[in-house]
Amino acid sequence: MKYMMLMQFSGQTTDEVPPIDTWPVEDLQAHIQFMHDTNKKLVDAGEFVDAQGLAAPDQAKIVRAGEGGAAVITDGPFPETKEFLVGYWIIDCEGPERAIDLAAHVSAAPGPGGRPLNMPIELRQVMSAPPSEEL
Amino acid sequence: MASPPADDLLRQLVPQVVGVLTRRFGDFAAAEDAVQEALIAATDQWPKEGVPANPRGWLIQVAYRRMTEQVRNERARRRREELVATREPSDRRTAPPADDACETNRDDTLITLFLCCHPALTPASAIALTLRSVGGLTTAEIARAFMVPESTMAQRISRAKQRIKASGLPFRMPSAQERARRLGSVLHVLYLVFNEGYASSAGPDLQRVELSREAIRLARMAHDLLPDDCEVAGLLALMLLTDARRPARTAPDGTPIPLAEQDRSLWGGDAVAEGVALVTATLARGAVGPYQLQAAIAAVHDEAATAEETDWPQILALYGLLERMSANPMVSLNRAVAAAMTHGPATGLGMLGTIKAEGRLADHHRFYATRAHLLEMAGDGRAAVEDYRTAANLTASAPERDYLNTRAARLAATPGRRRLRAMG
Repeated sequence: MKYMMLMQFSGQTTDEVPPIDTWPVEDLQAHIQFMHDTNKKLVDAGEFVDAQGLAAPDQAKIVRAGEGGAAVITDGPFPETKEFLVGYWIIDCEGPERAIDLAAHVSAAPGPGGRPLNMPIELRQVMSAPPSEEL
Repeated sequence: MASPPADDLLRQLVPQVVGVLTRRFGDFAAAEDAVQEALIAATDQWPKEGVPANPRGWLIQVAYRRMTEQVRNERARRRREELVATREPSDRRTAPPADDACETNRDDTLITLFLCCHPALTPASAIALTLRSVGGLTTAEIARAFMVPESTMAQRISRAKQRIKASGLPFRMPSAQERARRLGSVLHVLYLVFNEGYASSAGPDLQRVELSREAIRLARMAHDLLPDDCEVAGLLALMLLTDARRPARTAPDGTPIPLAEQDRSLWGGDAVAEGVALVTATLARGAVGPYQLQAAIAAVHDEAATAEETDWPQILALYGLLERMSANPMVSLNRAVAAAMTHGPATGLGMLGTIKAEGRLADHHRFYATRAHLLEMAGDGRAAVEDYRTAANLTASAPERDYLNTRAARLAATPGRRRLRAMG
């Protein structure tokens, strides 16, 4: 079964976690290393499909079709957005329990002082199941 | 890949060569790797240089060389580590190589199949290993078929082999007591491969191996090896009878078309004839099992010239037998449909009520999709729309979701009562 794990990150300073670009360098490196290790762990388990990080939200563009299908572009995510998608994994694992375990694992990525971030991971099933044989 | 006949030959030889090498070196995991390398060498060289005079000998020689290199490297490594323990193949004494005997080839293919489908493996890893060691597919082909990176698939296969190694399973035929259970695992794995093929029919991708066709090839091989086993024959028949409907099963955009609305002139007549002959012959032998019953049901559908001519009372009886044999709630759902088609939607809906009350299919999309059909038949459009939408929301298949949503939208737009003639 394929699942997507979406990693959300707060764009603003929260009570517990300051923005990532203000972390001490060793904490940042530990965080990056954790992400590499996670990918390797998934490949070794035969469960890795894809993983991508996304460019910073301030570089995002919101595109809408306007008159005659022409693109109308506005900058950035909506100002009221508090959480941004910063990256995702697609995994292919045995079932929902395993997917939940993996999501909990990445949720606990180390933050400042090496403390687990316990960030929210949105877990979504990829619609790649075979349709029913007979309808 | 090599030209089709050479390709077929190559893939047929793979499990035999795995068997020869495993016997000689006593290490299935390493032998399987060496044969994969020989297979890749053959797919590269044979189209350019022609198929060798003795293809099997060629494969054995190339794989043997790889294997010897591996053993030599391994020995050197061990020596460095001052571990002098020599590798002694566990069943060298009991299983001397007898490459040329036809019986050995057949046995080796069967033993490899039993090993790859071992119940200790997760279904996903058993499938991958079977397709590689018995099906003779490359890791890259299997990875494409399941839409995962090649490195992931390689790792899945490698882990499966480690698991086999760790469990200390010998490369030999399961004992008589074990055999039925082990064969059950083999059939289940082949069935899953076949079913997975349904998912891949949505997006046309010529690079992808047709998993359903591959499952049929493997089931046919198993049937050739075990011609007297009724369930093997039953599974092959079920696959043929289901696959015969493939050309009519989906719209060009991949949306599923229900059995009752399929253009039956598109069904594969040869596959139907072969499947019907197989299931008729096995049912006559008496040892009836679930795959044969499912094949028999598929045969009743396939033999009806129109949906209206479907012999629903017979299908109902067959589902009754099947339900007594397996506690699968899907069987109960299908029996409710057959009852609705035989005795009217109220009977079917009553049975669905029982299934729901027993909590056997809580929140499964198939339950809601089935109830929606029966409600539509009964003329309760409003309730049917609601169930179609619930089912669409619960399914993990994109084409099925599209079908269910479209069905709901169409029905919602139809005022008043609307009776549906039949469904599958």
